[in-house]
Formats: sequence, C-alpha cells, structure tokens
Amino acid sequence: MESLSNKKKVLEQKPLSFMERMYLPAIAKGMGITISHLFKKEATVRYPEVEREFSANFRGMHSLKRDENGKERCTACGLCALSCPAEAITMIAAERKNEEKHLYREEKYAATYEINMLRCIFCGLCEEACPKEAIYLDGPIVPADYLRKDFIYGKDKLVEAPLEMKK
Amino acid sequence: MDTGFIIEKFILVAVIFGISLVVAMYSTYAERKVAAYLQDRLGPDRAGPFGILQPLADGVKMFMKEEIIPASSNKWLFIVGPGLALLCACIGTAVIPWGSPMEIGGKVVPLQVADINVGVLYIFGVVSLGVYGVMIGGWASNNKYSLLSAIRAASQNISYEIAMGLSIIALLLMTNTLSLKTIVEQQHGWHWNVLYQPLGFLIFMVCSFAETNRAPFDLPECETELIGGYHTEYSSMKLGFYLFAEYINMFVSSAVMATLYFGGYNYPGMDYMATLLGPTWAPLFGVGVFFLKIVFFIFFFMWVRWTIPRFRYDQLMNLGWKGLIPLAIANIIITGVVIAIIEKF
Repeated sequence: MESLSNKKKVLEQKPLSFMERMYLPAIAKGMGITISHLFKKEATVRYPEVEREFSANFRGMHSLKRDENGKERCTACGLCALSCPAEAITMIAAERKNEEKHLYREEKYAATYEINMLRCIFCGLCEEACPKEAIYLDGPIVPADYLRKDFIYGKDKLVEAPLEMKK
Repeated sequence: MDTGFIIEKFILVAVIFGISLVVAMYSTYAERKVAAYLQDRLGPDRAGPFGILQPLADGVKMFMKEEIIPASSNKWLFIVGPGLALLCACIGTAVIPWGSPMEIGGKVVPLQVADINVGVLYIFGVVSLGVYGVMIGGWASNNKYSLLSAIRAASQNISYEIAMGLSIIALLLMTNTLSLKTIVEQQHGWHWNVLYQPLGFLIFMVCSFAETNRAPFDLPECETELIGGYHTEYSSMKLGFYLFAEYINMFVSSAVMATLYFGGYNYPGMDYMATLLGPTWAPLFGVGVFFLKIVFFIFFFMWVRWTIPRFRYDQLMNLGWKGLIPLAIANIIITGVVIAIIEKF
C-alpha cells in the first residue's frame, strides 16, 4: 500500500563494494575530519575563571531590594511565600519601632526571611507576586556547598548592601 | 668484559628504562589532550600549567586507592599478571638502536643495549609474551568477562602475529639480516624501507595496532561488551600497571615501526650534520630525530583511536585471516620476484 506521507524509504542492504571493504579510503576521510577539528576553537569555558555570559532574563540568586533612601522594601506580606510553587520561602513579620524608621520603608517588615535554595526552582513567581518590587532574581548562580543547612539563605545573604556601602 | 663496559651498559639501560617510563606517563596525558583537541575540548588543564602535572596526580591517585584482590581469584597469578605485562612491555626496548655510536671522551659508545643478530625475532618474541600478562590476569580474576577478554586477546594476538611475521619477511628479503642495527644502517639518509615496502609497512602497522590492543582493535578491553575486559577486577596500581604496559607497548611498537620502515635515526642530510656537529653531538641529534618519529607514531596511534570505531570480532578475524595474510603473502611473492629480476640483470 502506498504510504500517505510518501516519506518512507526502503532500506537496501547492499554488500560492501571493493573500496568499502578496503576500509582505507573511509579511514583516511575520517582522519581528515578529526584532524580538521584540531584547529577549531574549543567550546570549553574555563568555568571558575571565565563565566559564560547570561541572557538578559537569566534568573539567579534572589536579592531583597532597598528603596532610594536605603530602606528595605519588603513588608513581609507573604505573597511571595504564597506564590512559591516549591514552598522555599518562609518569613516572620515584625512591627517597625520608631527609631527604626530609617531602616524599613513601611510599618511592617520581615524580621527573618529565609529561602531554601535546595527547594527553589528559580521560576521567578515570587518576583512577579511582590507588590513592593522588593525581590528580584538578579544575582549570580547559587554556589555549591557541603551541608544542607548552609543552603538556607537568611537576610544576611539576601538583602542588598546598604547604599553607602554600595558606593 | 671490563667494569667500564658494565657501567656503560648499566647507565644506558637505566636511561632507556627511565625514558620509556616517562614517555608512557606523558602518553596518558597526551592521549587525553589529543582526544580533547580532536573533539573541540581542552582536556586536563588543572594540575600545573596546561595540566602538565596530570600524570603525577594520576600516579598518586593510583597508588593511594584501595587495593582489592577478589577472594575467589588465584592470588599468585593475580599478582603476577600485571607485573608480567609491564615487564614484557619494558624489555622490548633493549634491542632498539636509539642512535649511531657516540663518542664520549675518546670512547665510542653504541647507543643500543644489545646488538643481537636476531633482533627482529627478539622483538617478536617479547611482543607475543606480552599477551601472557593479559591472559594470566584475565584467568586469575575468576570472572567471566575477564576470561572472555583474555581469550579474545590471545586469539587476536595469534591471528595478527602471523600477518605481522609475513609482512616482515618481505622486508627481510631485502635487508638479508635480522639485526636491527644493520637494518637501520642500511637505511642511510633517504633510503627508508617504507619507500620500497609501502604495502609491507601498511600491514605491519595494522598488525601493530592489533598487537598493542589499541583502537580500532581494542576488543580485549571494550567497555560496552566486557566492562573493563581483563582488568575488570583490578584496582589500584595493578590496574595502573596494565594501563601503563599498554602505553609502553605503544612506545615500543612506534620505535620498531620507525626503526624498521622509517630509517630509525637516519634523516636526509645526516652526513652534512655529522661533519658540522662532530662525533659526539651528531648521534644525539639523530636520537632526537628518532624520537620525533616515535612521537609522530604515538600521535598517529591516538589520532586513529579517536577517529575509528571498534571492529566487531568477526570483522577483526576476517580482516586478519582473509585480508592481511593473503596480502602479506602476495607482498612476499612480489618482493621476491622483483629482487630476483634485479639480481639477474
């Protein structure tokens, strides 16, 4: 029966011709191909010394942002934790005291804010959920470590450096 | 036999032994580098500049690893196997003429450990002994894969030794001698044997690939079928010995190929260089040229390995018995006829 797509090819098993049975022409051709690769640029990136350039929308380590006055933007609303499909984010909210006005933007802030980098799938949904533009996945690759507990990143690792330190 | 002679030979043996070990060591490094560059990669580059210390790191790793001798193995043979493989690989270098006689302080020193008049036969004997290391190791492991691999190695070596021996007969018809030193001296300047025996060289080279268990004839150790082959059960430096023996074998067969067919330490313009450099340095230059040829052949071994896929076992046997042996016999007949005609007229 004729096939509908007409893409079918009947495989013919011919015995090898004399030149093919000699192997040598084919071997010479193959060796020409491999030697030509000796002069090609290697694809390897020497990783720790050289880093590959990421695309503009690469999602790396999270950072908790500060506003233009250097106050923390996060208000511990919990939307990021709620949106997180991997349940990697936990936080404890606290009320801002009067003398802490220069540290936190709103009356409520995150006293602890933890992301488990082993759970995180870097989907970026926390970034989308945040109403205060407080969290972005704009960091580098999360580095490897030896212990599970060291993958739970607290505020010490996540919050952006203060303004004066940045300069 | 005076003391000077013994000291001279002892130094020569020590130097050649050291050089062959270093060459084998850096062949492992070169193999990985060549493989990498042929596949658009970089290869080992972490240990030292350009990874030059990689063989040392590998050696330390081999020595430090836990050594396991299987409980059901034949312990004595299990230990003898790798030692025999390495020994047979190393003693092949004894009859190779590394350079023309060199003059040191008014004394002429031949750069060859032993100029025996059956040098070619000695090489053949040692090379065929080499398979005993593989066979004993494979047998003593008490493992089906190892045994299969040992059988493969033995039958492969036997099949290809015949073609190898036949290909060399055509050469011997021309040289009229079995001494490697005389064979090299006959190839003075440009008169390399490969120009008169191209077919013989081709057969000899293909057989050397099979004898050294190198790809595309590495059936005794093909991972996909036999796990590790004869060294499946080996660990630590015993495994290292087997791998090392393979590289020394490669070095020796490169040296033999260069000696028999590519003129050994001869090169065009060597008479001019001899008058220019004097009787001490000109032979050393010849040794350098010889090593250049060896390095090229080692590179060729690797180049072939990273190009050609492995033969199937029946293809291997077909090629050996139905391809190379008839070709070698035809080569003998043609050479004999041509020599007879030349002598007649």
